[in-house]
Amino acid sequence: MSWSREEIAQRAAQELKDGFYVNLGIGIPTLVANYIPENVQVTLESENGMLGMGPFPYPDQVDPDLINAGKQTITELPQSSYFSSADSFAMIRGGHINLAILGAMQVAQNGDLANWMIPGKMIKGMGGAMDLVAGVNRVVVIMDHVAKDGSPKLLKACDLPLTGSGVTDLLITNLAVFEFEGEKPLLIELAPGVDLDEIKEKTEAEFDVCPKLKRHLHVQ
Amino acid sequence: MKKLKNNASEALEGVLFDGMTIMAGGFGLCGIPEHLIIALRDSGVKDITVISNNCGIDDFGLGILLQTRQIKKMISSYVGENKTFEKQYMSGELELEFNPQGTLAERCRAGGAGIAAFYTKTGVGTVIAEGKEHKEFNGKTYVMETGLVADLSLVKAWKADDEGNLVYRKTARNFNPVMATAGKVTIAEVEEHVSLGDLDPDYIHTPGIYVSNFIVGTDYKKPVEILTTREYVA
Repeated sequence: MSWSREEIAQRAAQELKDGFYVNLGIGIPTLVANYIPENVQVTLESENGMLGMGPFPYPDQVDPDLINAGKQTITELPQSSYFSSADSFAMIRGGHINLAILGAMQVAQNGDLANWMIPGKMIKGMGGAMDLVAGVNRVVVIMDHVAKDGSPKLLKACDLPLTGSGVTDLLITNLAVFEFEGEKPLLIELAPGVDLDEIKEKTEAEFDVCPKLKRHLHVQ
Repeated sequence: MKKLKNNASEALEGVLFDGMTIMAGGFGLCGIPEHLIIALRDSGVKDITVISNNCGIDDFGLGILLQTRQIKKMISSYVGENKTFEKQYMSGELELEFNPQGTLAERCRAGGAGIAAFYTKTGVGTVIAEGKEHKEFNGKTYVMETGLVADLSLVKAWKADDEGNLVYRKTARNFNPVMATAGKVTIAEVEEHVSLGDLDPDYIHTPGIYVSNFIVGTDYKKPVEILTTREYVA
């Protein structure tokens, strides 16, 4: 047992607080928008120059001048605003965005994050990821606990090139949740049906276990 | 001086030379100067260093300048959607300098504003910061990045008046306003030319001082890279 993609997104959505300005990365992080708690109002930023991202358009509303950072067509809301890339990254770098949720290839026990290149493969570029992890107040990382070949992704040290050093604040995997505040990550939650032994077996990083470890019976 | 030119090749006349540096606005295919890029291709100018967030797709936007091998070097943050790019880069024909997106935007802003360099937290501890000057401010480490200027900036706006004042539309604004400030010569292409007084001075995004001349483009293709829609629910 573990969390599905949707359940990971649902768990990540619990990190959203009322009034937050939030940047969601491409992939599972985008799904988080579907699970924003009802009493919580957040404003989504898109780093290509928009605050207040609306839902995908109806087929007859598609506007090629209105896309998100993943190049998907989107819509605006009554509170939306547009601005240049320089203004966009000024708000990111300047610490005005409360929370970023993004995917990762590897996370190290000191909070190092690698999510932009695999040596030997064609590198696509880091886009805005390095600016986001360096500038946003709280960085929530989402990834599968192990790689497709079963190797751990929460490591003592990343072997892939870094996106940022010591930038991870919270890690949500399909098996568990870790907080990054002290010297080592702190295991704070286990997904349903997952026990501590499984986490130890599938994690290379050293971590502490929270005395009040939360064991989920089902999501939420 | 009349800033409105009849067509893209007239706008580019006397500006182009081999080995030049050109900035091009746009994010993906959104807000790119599509007609000016075609005119660049037709001009045959070569060994260009292009500063642009992306490099178009194989057959549209800056990608068409790869097909004709006119680009020597790209300075970008993301080049994922282009097979020609991958081929030329892997074979060593094309140089590539990755900049984090916000660093790229700020380098253009700084260049246009006469700021030689600035310090940012972005990229500290990564390959991007290797070999660059580091400095501590208030206990935090920053890396120095330099301002960028170009021989020519090509931008896409929605509307221009005779003065060259520009207004952009929605997320097609992106890198265009900053790049407009950082070109020794800046040429804009717009969808609508309006009379002086038609643009409210309070709502002008790029003041005409930055715009050397402009053209009105027709038949905009504006391809959508990733069409995402939702269904009407009855």
